This record gives sequence, structure tokens and C-alpha cells, in this order.
Amino acid sequence: MPEKASLLSIYSYLPQTNCGECGEPNCMVFVSKLLERKANPEDCPPLKKPKYKEQMAKLVELLVPPIREVKIGVGEDVVKIGGKEVMYRHELTYHNPTAIAIDVSDLMDDGKIVERCRAVEAFSLVRIGERLRLNMIAVRCASKDPDRFSYVTSLVARSCKLPLILCSFDPKSLRAALEGGQVANRRPLLYAATEENWREVSELAKQYNCPVAVFALNLGSVKSLTKTLKARGIQDMIIDFGTHTEGGLLKESVNNSVMVRRVAVQRGDKDMGYPIMFIPAMVWMGEEVDPVTTSYKEAYIASLFLNRYADLIITHTMEVWSLLPVITLRQNIYTDPRKPVSVDSGLRTIGSPHEKSPVLLTTNFSLTYYTVANDLESAGIDCYLVVLNTEGLAVEVSVAGGQFHPSDIKDIFSSVNMEEKVKHRKLIIPGLAARLKGDIEDSTNWEVIVGPRDSSQIKGFLSKYWG
Amino acid sequence: MKEKETEALTKKLIELVERLGDLEIENVEIKAEELTLILQPVIGAMVQAPQLLPKVEEKALETLLKAEFSPPIEAYPGEVVEVRIGATKSDGGSRRKVVKIGGEKTMPFYSFELLNPNRPAFTMDVFDMPITLAKSVMQHFEDVMQDPADWAKKCVEDFGADIVSLNLVSTDPTIKDVSPKDAAKTVEKVLQAVDAPLVIGGSGNKVKDPLMLEAAAEVASGERCVLNSANVDNDYKRIVSAAKRYGHVVVAFTPMDINNQKKLNRLLLDEGLPKEQIIMDPTTAALGYGLDYTISLMERIKLSGLLGDSDLQMPILSPSSNAWGAREAWMKSEEFGPKEYRGPLWETVTAITTMMAGGDLFMLSHPATVRVLKGLVESLYEEVDVEHVYKPSKKIQDWITDIGV
Ligand code: SF4
Repeated sequence: MPEKASLLSIYSYLPQTNCGECGEPNCMVFVSKLLERKANPEDCPPLKKPKYKEQMAKLVELLVPPIREVKIGVGEDVVKIGGKEVMYRHELTYHNPTAIAIDVSDLMDDGKIVERCRAVEAFSLVRIGERLRLNMIAVRCASKDPDRFSYVTSLVARSCKLPLILCSFDPKSLRAALEGGQVANRRPLLYAATEENWREVSELAKQYNCPVAVFALNLGSVKSLTKTLKARGIQDMIIDFGTHTEGGLLKESVNNSVMVRRVAVQRGDKDMGYPIMFIPAMVWMGEEVDPVTTSYKEAYIASLFLNRYADLIITHTMEVWSLLPVITLRQNIYTDPRKPVSVDSGLRTIGSPHEKSPVLLTTNFSLTYYTVANDLESAGIDCYLVVLNTEGLAVEVSVAGGQFHPSDIKDIFSSVNMEEKVKHRKLIIPGLAARLKGDIEDSTNWEVIVGPRDSSQIKGFLSKYWG
Repeated sequence: MKEKETEALTKKLIELVERLGDLEIENVEIKAEELTLILQPVIGAMVQAPQLLPKVEEKALETLLKAEFSPPIEAYPGEVVEVRIGATKSDGGSRRKVVKIGGEKTMPFYSFELLNPNRPAFTMDVFDMPITLAKSVMQHFEDVMQDPADWAKKCVEDFGADIVSLNLVSTDPTIKDVSPKDAAKTVEKVLQAVDAPLVIGGSGNKVKDPLMLEAAAEVASGERCVLNSANVDNDYKRIVSAAKRYGHVVVAFTPMDINNQKKLNRLLLDEGLPKEQIIMDPTTAALGYGLDYTISLMERIKLSGLLGDSDLQMPILSPSSNAWGAREAWMKSEEFGPKEYRGPLWETVTAITTMMAGGDLFMLSHPATVRVLKGLVESLYEEVDVEHVYKPSKKIQDWITDIGV
């Protein structure tokens, strides 16, 4: 086995006909797609023929990620977590972004429950062309009353389509919810099997085919639980080793996360090869919690664990100012680290500019470019946008680092006949490049107007300075 | 046994890859380096995959299966150097204490392996003239913005900054064109006002900065300040020679590229500046505006250093106050909620992220961020006795019932 473990060993399981049915020019290219997780063995149609059955099975086995991918929920809104295979995102793009669940207590009034569920489901923010959402509802059995829990979980299920987490350490409550009839077919996550209740909870997980979280504060006990449940035929598990939010215990939670991920990814410990969950909502425990400082803390505790392998988090606040940094961080962490940093330089037109339209300047750092272009478009401004090659750096960094070359502007101007496109000779530059005003004027012979520091202010700026 | 196998296997594969060199397949070109990266996880999977589900009869087990967990400790061949910032009387300076950063022997906060010797340190931004800052930052400094000495004092005494970062922006020819000599006077004033160590920053003007930093280095002789920054576009040799002559530390700044960072470090080392006098600034992008690049950059740098790349074994500076460049931090918006909370939180999350990725020294603007980060570091360094930790904490188990509605 060891000597075969290479690019070629994966290749050896393919039909090797270079037939192209997978959409790739040959089998070797398909291998590279498999390695990058951009294709699955099933994408090779010939491999699905009976005669390749064994090879297919071997290939699938070879490509199983060390962290199991677990699906919660059904249908369109299903949440997929885990499936990870590396310790660091530069090794291979992380996929399956951290799922964010918002809690609902069964002690809330019915009206409030419905309202909260709808708000979670409706939550949506668009950043750089991506719609960012909250993904699940975690229903807490705070009442300790199985009947109330059953009623509320059904109410939640009727109020929104999001996947659910049923939270109770009491198997009776979990059973009541599952037997309620509206929840079981949604394949909720059962939270949680512990050293005390594992018999009953694993029975429920099997009976209703639900994923289940295991909870224990000691990693040996966590492993005991996953091992035992696996022996009972349960595959979809999630690990919770406790979310400590302060004091030296916080250190233990951070350590545990790294250790669990490391033994699974690097040391082949299958019993720890499951997604990890954290519960930043913990910060809201207690009688007198200040809503502002607690929302603040919840956000940074969540961020801390997003930076340490959180596959699922349960949070409490619905304040956008607190959620926004967390979902933005999630977007950052799950961005492909190998995606191009820059867009092409040159001239773009926004709307339908004419000879009197403004000419603006930005850099070819993709984030900067898309932000500026988006702001101009949504403000309905007809203009020319000159995109400068700053080696994919943002304005401030490239000005400081010397990648913002005024002379390149002149080259772009002459290559696109800028002086024929507009009658005026005025260029609006980013506020953060103000320092280069003189240099740009010298090299282009255009009048340079220093624009705002942020493109969100362009509309106001233009109406003031551009007749 | 298994580990040995994995190790041997990894070695073999890497050799194979190296032998093959850059692999060219029709329509795809895989660089040897990339291939190594892509293959590593797969090797892991290969070695581990064959454990199929044990064919244990599914039965109602009466007792839990026993399992042991032992912490997966690794050894790293390299370590990060320790950089001392500030000099006390006994070292020829006048600072009250020395701030030590770096010296890592493992990745950030992998304290199950060992507790890295030095805690992350925090410096707050001070400017030598009133400048435009986000309102939620400005409100804490309005009374001191006219005087950098007062400003510095407030950062140290009221907000707990370990270090003061004095940015001499007025030296920019397009701003006030203050002379290096006059700028140096400001440095002297601030050194007298506070007993914390200093980072001395320029305006970003590549001609002026080296001259200004040289003048500042001279008046601050022996104080072991941090000169910010040397880069390939300015006269870094002048800065390095001033740092050597007057005993300071130099920031090596590169925009977002590990190879360029390595090259610049090499250049400074070749000028005779010891590693112990270099801090890297590989660029900190704001949350939502390229922070993903910064995460991977810092992790790669830290890992490379620990794995023995001696050109990348310096501590890392993270100017997390760059977070304020993100519009989400300062823009008024009904949709996003009050910017008074959103702004500092944006900086806090940016800083936490770079701290977890490997930052050693943090430049911050908002007092709330300093407080939160210091508290977190306190927790992440607190010694806890294991018995106590693993006694099932009642509190945690009660979250289901004890969170309000
Ligand atoms: S479909 Fe399969 S056999 Fe055909 S080229 Fe693709 S990988 Fe090769």
C-alpha cells in the first residue's frame, strides 16, 4: 500500500480510457480535480459500470475525508458541516462553512417564538455578491417539561423551514419532541448524548435516523461516547466538549479543539473524526446580563472558535451589529485561499457614460474593485472607472508599498484613447491615494481631484463637486 | 507504528514529487510545491481510510466502551526568536519595563504542547497631529489630540497599552512637511511623558521616512524603540544602520506575500541586523477586506519558522487598527445597527483572528479592543489545575435551562 500511495495510485483506480465523459480532457486531469475536491468519483461515468464496482469502492474509500460530513435537516435548507481534511486553510480550501444556529427557549411566549423563527429565517445580508444567512434553530428545553417541549418544537417546525437542533439532556423530552410528529421527518440534530443518557438517546437517534451530538467535558469520555455510539450503528455525530467562555477554562476549550482536530486529521483517529460544535450562547447564562456587553462578548467568543475549527455554533443575540462581524469572519475563513486576488486592469464603464461623465480611479485588488463598482452601480452613476494594476493590493497598502504607479494611469489612458472618450481632463482618485495627487498630475497632465476615502460616499461627493 | 508509516510515506511522496518536478498534464500545470500541498491531506486520508466500520454486531451495549485520549504532541525543529522592546536603566534606557515578544516554540495557544513564553503585546496608536479618526475612536481622545505626549499618557495610564505607537504623520511633504529634526523632538517629548516602550512610525513617504526614522533613532538612542518600517521601496539600509548604531528594532513591512517577506528579511539580515532586532509586518487586512489572506499568511509564516526556516523566525506585528478602514466599522447604517458597538467589535474580531493566526504585537485604536484582548490573553495563559477542569462543571451543563428568554 505505501509505495502505491501517490497521484498515480488514484489514477490506477480509474478506467484510464481518457474518454472525456467526465468533462475533463483525460483521466489525469480528473485525478487533479479529485485531489482538489472539485470532482467526485461518481463524476466519471464509466467508473459506475458494474465491472469497476470494486475500483469505485476503493477510490471512494481513499477519498473519504478524515472529518465526517454530517447533514442536518432535509431538502433545500439542509445544513452540511464537517467534511474537513486539513489543519490549515492554506493547505486546501475549507468547505462547508460553520453553521450558525440561533436558540429559542420553550419558555418564550408562542408569539415571540414564531416571530423569532421567522426573523432568523429571513435574516440575510449580501457581502461581495454572496448572500449570508443564519442556518438553524436550536430549541432549548428550558421548561424541563416534555409536553411543552414537544409543543414548542412543533410550533418552531411550523414557523420556519430551517433545520432544527433539539436541546435537552432528558431523553423523555427528546422523545416527546420526536413523537410530536412535526419534527422527526425534518432530521433534527439531537443534543445531546452524555455518559448518563447515551442508551436512550442513541436509541432515539437510531429509531428516527437523526444525527446526534455527544457531550462530555473530558476528551476520553467524548471518545468513549463516539466509539460506543458507532458500535451501535450511528454514524452521524457531532462533538461537544464544552464551550468555556472565561478564565483558564477557555484555554481548555481552545486546546481541546486543536487536539481533537489534530488526532483526526493527522493521526487517523476515526473516533474523533466528527464535526465540532461550540455554544457561545453560554455567555447569556445567569440572571443579570447586560445586553450590549453580552452581545459583544458572544461575538468575540464565537469569532475565537471560528478560528479554531468550529463547524457549528449556537448563539443567542439577534443584534445585527454583533452578528455581522461573525458572519463576515465566516465568509473570510471559507474563501478559497487560492482564488485570484486581483481583477484585470484597464478601463471599465459603469452605466452609460458620455463625454462629460466623471472618470474615477481604483486598484485591481478584487475586493476593492468589486466594492467600488458595486457602489457606483447601486448609486446609478454613469462613469468611467480606471482600474490600476497594483499587484492586487488595496489602495492604502499599494500607496504605502509602492505598487501604485502613477505612470501606469497614463498608459491606460493612451491604450483606450481616454482623451477621445471624454472632453474634460479631470480624474477623481481615491481619498487614500491623496498623497500621490501631484505625481499623478505630473504624469497624466490631467487635473486630479481627491475623492472620498470610501466609495460609499461617492454619490454625495459627485453631487457636490461634479456639476 | 502508524505514525512512523505516515512519516515514511510522506517522505516518499515528497521525494517523488520532487523527482517529477513540476508536473505538466494537458491543461493543468501542477507545481511541485502545490502538489505537495494537495497531497498531504490525501496521504493522511489514505493511511487512515481503510478502517471500515467495525463489524460489531449492533447490540444494545450495556456499558460504554472504554477509550483513552492522549494529547497529540509534536516537536518542532525551529523556534521564533524573542525580541525585546524597550530598555530599562540597567540596559541603558529609561523605560520602566521591557516588553518581550515572540520566542514561540509551538503554534499560537497550542498550550497542550507548551505555553509559549511571551504573551501577545498591545500598542495603541498615537499621532503627532489631530487627524480624522472614526468617531467612536475619536471620542476617547478628543481631549488629548493636540498633544502627542498627553495622548500617549492616556493610552498607557488609562487604557493599559503596553507600548505606544507614535505615528509621525505630520512629516509627510503633502501634509505639514515637518522636518526630521522637529519630528525627533516629538519623540523625545513622548519618551519623557511615558515610561512605556515606543514604536516610531513614519508617514509612509518613502523618501522622508528613512530620514525621519534616523533622526528619531538618534534622540531615542539606547531606548530600544521599534522603527516602523523598512521596506523594499525605501532606503532600508539607512534605517537598519540607524537601528544598529542606536540599538533599536526594525519592522520589516511587505504587502501580503510570504516570499517577499522572506526576501526582505534576508536583506535586513544581510545588512548585519540580528534576527532579535527584526519584527515582520506581512500586512493585516481588515475583517471582510482580505483578512483571509492575512490568516493564511501568518499561519504559513509561523509554521515555516517552527519547521526551521530561519528567515521567517521573527515575531509578527499586526496593525489590527486597519480594521477601521472597513466601512462596516464606521459607516452609519440602520441595517447594521449602532456603529458605536460595531466599530470596536470590528477591530476586536480582526485582532482576535490575527492573534489566533500568529500575531505577536498588535496595534490597536480603541480602548475596548485593548481591554478585551488583554482579558482573553489572560484566560489563554491562566494556569488551571486539570482536576478542577475536568470535574463536570455544573454551569456548562445547565446552559439549556439557564439562558434567559
Ligand atoms: S470519464 Fe473517467 S475514464 Fe473518462 S476521461 Fe474522465 S476520468 Fe477518465
